[in-house]
Amino acid sequence: MALEFGIFCKSTIEEEFAPKCFGTTFPNVFDGNGDTTYLDWLLSAWGWTLSVAGLALLIALLVGLVVGTLRTLPESSWFNRLLITLANTWVEIFRNIPVLVQIFLWYHVIPMLVPILKGLPAYFLVSIALGFYTSSRIAEQVKAGIQSLPKGQTLAAMALGLTTIQSYRFVILPMALRIVIPPLTSESMNIIKNSSVAFAVSVSELTLFAMQAQEETSKGIEIYLAVTIMYMITALAMNRLMAWVEKKTRVPGFIAPNNPSGAH
Amino acid sequence: MKNSLSFFKISLSGLLITNLLISMPSFAAGTFDKISASKSITMGVRDSSGALSYTLGDGKYTGYHVEICKRIISDLEKTLKTPIQIKYQAVTSQNRIPLVQNGTVDIECGSTTNNATRQKDVSFAVTTYVEEVRIAVKANSGITSIAQLNGKKVATTTGTTSVQILRKNERATGVNFDEVFGKDHADSFLLLESDRADAFVMDGSILAGNIAMAKNPKDFRIVGEVLSVEPIAIMIRKDDPQFKAAVDNTIKGLMKDGSIAKMYQQWFLEPIPPKNTRVGLELSANTKEAWANPNDKPAEEYAKK
Repeated sequence: MALEFGIFCKSTIEEEFAPKCFGTTFPNVFDGNGDTTYLDWLLSAWGWTLSVAGLALLIALLVGLVVGTLRTLPESSWFNRLLITLANTWVEIFRNIPVLVQIFLWYHVIPMLVPILKGLPAYFLVSIALGFYTSSRIAEQVKAGIQSLPKGQTLAAMALGLTTIQSYRFVILPMALRIVIPPLTSESMNIIKNSSVAFAVSVSELTLFAMQAQEETSKGIEIYLAVTIMYMITALAMNRLMAWVEKKTRVPGFIAPNNPSGAH
Repeated sequence: MKNSLSFFKISLSGLLITNLLISMPSFAAGTFDKISASKSITMGVRDSSGALSYTLGDGKYTGYHVEICKRIISDLEKTLKTPIQIKYQAVTSQNRIPLVQNGTVDIECGSTTNNATRQKDVSFAVTTYVEEVRIAVKANSGITSIAQLNGKKVATTTGTTSVQILRKNERATGVNFDEVFGKDHADSFLLLESDRADAFVMDGSILAGNIAMAKNPKDFRIVGEVLSVEPIAIMIRKDDPQFKAAVDNTIKGLMKDGSIAKMYQQWFLEPIPPKNTRVGLELSANTKEAWANPNDKPAEEYAKK
């Protein structure tokens, strides 16, 4: 069965070939005929995947870092114990509900209870859902990173007279965050792949594009191949970006000897 | 919830596997041989395609098209002089064509539009029902035509031809609206119900069916011009003239002796199981015409008129 990748140059309206393959994506560079082609649609769908994954990753990193750190606080006061309980609850709630269910909760249920959220676009709600879900996983990794540090580091910081906040800021977190970069790489790649659940609440990202375009064109193999490649490129780019971050932030002699392969 | 993910996985893997199989010319043997050898037939059915094909739960399926298919199969039993066991296979918009092509499904009795693109891959029996794509809105929205949808959000279901129709219409009329995709018809209807969309554009029978099942059917109304006319037919494998002739003959018989009109009455105008609700969709002139002159013309032929 021959593959017909020419399908991507077809207009989504008239099933005709557009002269330049691009109809609307770069109107100034390519003088398309103005009709959206499947290639234009693929690129716009890719943009939506990147937007959802990017925003979700931002939320996940910020929340995950805070929650993960709170979980390791010393149980020295009732306030600290309260923070630890809240952070533990956060992780257990968001880690134990399937991500697709969380997406539906954020899209259909929570806006019913909090009417302000109804005004937000679907992609924003999906990003929150995906971000919070991933934040629970990142929190767990940050906690593990902090706990892997020798106890002596915390004690040394205390001996120098640093407050809890100062010892986290200047001693614990700079080391712990370097340790957790490899698992964060996996999470960042996962979030790109998990963003495919956004199709369920009508965000027109790559998966929705694949399902709709293959129905319209009957060229399922070509469409799914293209979408697979887009996901792979994105995840690989994220992997390389994190490898670069890991290399740039490396403290010589700390953790592993200089390993040129970078991220795991 | 889990279902929608796994259905996607199934449709994907089904697609890959089936396309591997298509490349092998091993299905030259006709459907007749297959049925008489296995003494069974696999009927492709839908879980919720309005009154055309839907489930009653417990692996039971019924609907206008499913009942027509049962008549076809009982005629096959007479021809082959053997009882035939009916196996149901639930299909989706995404996997129905590959499953018919690869031989998993022998006869698909769902709600498939007969169009020229699909005729390259599969074959269709004579048209049994002509669908009209319409607009459903909330009764209090004041929308009565597509022109009033300018700047509004319009819901439609992923994996259906309505999306393309909507797009063509958008360009032809210059009316600009945002498309919102529901993952299935129930989801699209929920978008309309929860005000995330101002209109739901879909086949009339599906709109009527969803409205009939809604909490307050009076809150919704089907309005506006007919956006497109599509012949809906029973789908069978391509290049099997013997089987197609048998299927067509049964359907033509039903059309001639008027029993198809009674079946239409039963499924579209009278209360239907499981909830004993009425779809309430009057017989259209186009469907009447298709019964008077049985044909398997694709949707493109209808558009030319």
